Amino acid sequence: MRLELVKRKERSRTMALLSPLIAIALTALAAAIIFAVSGHNPLVGLYKFFIEPLTQQWSLQATIAKATPLVLIGCGLAVCYLSNNWNIGAEGQFIVGALFGSALPVMFPEFQSTATLPLMLVFGALGGALWALLPAVLKNWFNTNEILTSLMLVYVASLILDYLVRGPWRDPGGYNFPESRLFSDAAIIPNVFGGTMSLATPITIVIALVLAVVLARTLKGFEIRVMGESPRAGSFAGFSAKRLTLFSFALAGGLAGLAGTMEVSGGLNQLLPTISPGYGFTAIIVAFLGRLNPIGIIVAGFVLALSYIGGEAVQSAMGVSNKIASVIQGLLLFFVLACDTLILYRIRLASHQAPSGETAHV
Amino acid sequence: MFEAVLLTVITAATPLLIAAVGELVVERSGVLNLGVEGMMIMGAVVGFAVANQTGSGTLGVFAAVGAGMAMAALFGFLVLILVANQVATGLALTILGTGFSGLIGEAFIGVPGLKIPSLYIPGLSDIPFIGPVLFQQDAIVYVGFLLVAVVAYTLFRTRLGLVLRAVGDNHNSAHALGYSVIRVRFLAVLFGGACAGLAGSYMSLAYTPQWVENMTAGRGWIALALVVFSSWLPLRVVAGAYLFGAVSVLNLHAQAHEQVNIPSQLLSSLPYLATILVLVLISANRRLTLVNTPACLGKPFVPDR
Repeated sequence: MRLELVKRKERSRTMALLSPLIAIALTALAAAIIFAVSGHNPLVGLYKFFIEPLTQQWSLQATIAKATPLVLIGCGLAVCYLSNNWNIGAEGQFIVGALFGSALPVMFPEFQSTATLPLMLVFGALGGALWALLPAVLKNWFNTNEILTSLMLVYVASLILDYLVRGPWRDPGGYNFPESRLFSDAAIIPNVFGGTMSLATPITIVIALVLAVVLARTLKGFEIRVMGESPRAGSFAGFSAKRLTLFSFALAGGLAGLAGTMEVSGGLNQLLPTISPGYGFTAIIVAFLGRLNPIGIIVAGFVLALSYIGGEAVQSAMGVSNKIASVIQGLLLFFVLACDTLILYRIRLASHQAPSGETAHV
Repeated sequence: MFEAVLLTVITAATPLLIAAVGELVVERSGVLNLGVEGMMIMGAVVGFAVANQTGSGTLGVFAAVGAGMAMAALFGFLVLILVANQVATGLALTILGTGFSGLIGEAFIGVPGLKIPSLYIPGLSDIPFIGPVLFQQDAIVYVGFLLVAVVAYTLFRTRLGLVLRAVGDNHNSAHALGYSVIRVRFLAVLFGGACAGLAGSYMSLAYTPQWVENMTAGRGWIALALVVFSSWLPLRVVAGAYLFGAVSVLNLHAQAHEQVNIPSQLLSSLPYLATILVLVLISANRRLTLVNTPACLGKPFVPDR
């Protein structure tokens, strides 16, 4: 007996919608096994991890706060991946964006006006976009592999952050702790809806919705999809692969940088040596789980954010390490990719002797 | 002084060398496995854990090789059997390995490690300078060189190597000739996993004998870049690995000298910047890269039945 793939006549729309759900179910099953192996009741573990955070207001708020940067970064990455540009350095673009955004409140703390926050957000997006343009330009000019260069720049970005908070940007009144001065009120992103939600969340949702319309209904969206699926066909239509590489990297970097700035000005209110629990990498999973579609990414971002909160929950309630969150995130991406096979192929078990019939030849 | 520097360069270069040679074989078979970092970190943590529990460094190394192969088998199943996207699956392997190693390794943080012993050959090891550098290394250093020699010979002087390269350069023709493309690729992927696991165990049992989360610090990715640097030729991997080994120990030696007033973060970022620089220099020369790049690299293969 062995697995055999039979190509479908066309991509299965049903499977495209079902595959993430199957993947989530398989991930939950795998998580249950991990709980059982480590000597815990798997049902209690699953409940604490996936369900309980949804039942309480504070944990729901925390989940939404974590989902916000994931969705914003994931949307940008989706544009990259749709157009066949493998940007995996969003973590670095997030950090550099946060640095650009923080330059104003850290270096000019006296500048406090209504323009402070908007300027910070613009700088943040700009910083992220510039950092993302480095691998894009290298790809266009020198044919360099953007996967490796964008990833290398993540390490460089976190070292720059480390240098700044321990060196020139260290809080002069902070007893030598490696942290920047606290932001003034003018530099902090306000809460909305009676203080339950950061303004970052509605901003993110609006951006995701706009992007969804752009991708589905405009020429630019068409260009992105065509260049991803068939660059040759796209070039006959007059689309330039190089321009699109610059565009998609700049967009993804800009959104990651914006997310970075909103994170430091919303949650942390200062720069620290570490400002992200790996949002830039988790957002890769978000993009794939969300079918590279901004609406799907909103849902997927929420699911992945739940895994962060769920990890904390099982740690405090059951003594399971919160590292289990990143294991579950990794498994989820694996299962999504495996289930995506079902979109293009049917799987059947075939015995070695009997060769498959006419259906196999497509 | 020079001897001390050379010794640290050798230890820094060895994990890069081993991981890169493994990935070179994988890519020669036409598969791009971006999960080297994930397989390596799993090798590091499993090697450390097993060595710690059994008290045997050798068992640790073998367990690490097994862990790397298990991760590679997972990757192979997805990209070869289920024809999943190779880039995304490789990333998933790295994300999963990073997560799993953190979970397994949590119990071993701060636990004193076990260093695999250096060889001592009476007579040869006592020669001044040459002895310590050439004849007093641990076994894995020699295994690394042996691997390069074996891979170089196998790839270009044996039938097996010819089949492997054929599968990587034109999977349809290889399939038509009756070779099982999937099987050859799966074995190559397993070999890559074994090498990455071995490289990982070198990190946690020889380079810095302890477990630190994310201790591979991007070396798996640098190994991937080294394969590009070598333009898929095994002997050039040695040159690349030693070059990067040298760059990555600059930090160590510069910090020993108080008068060097360069931020340590800048020195720490040199290996990553050097990787980018090298990729630019190599990739800009298209003739050089195109000659040896396996033509089917990263392309999925579904047997037409």
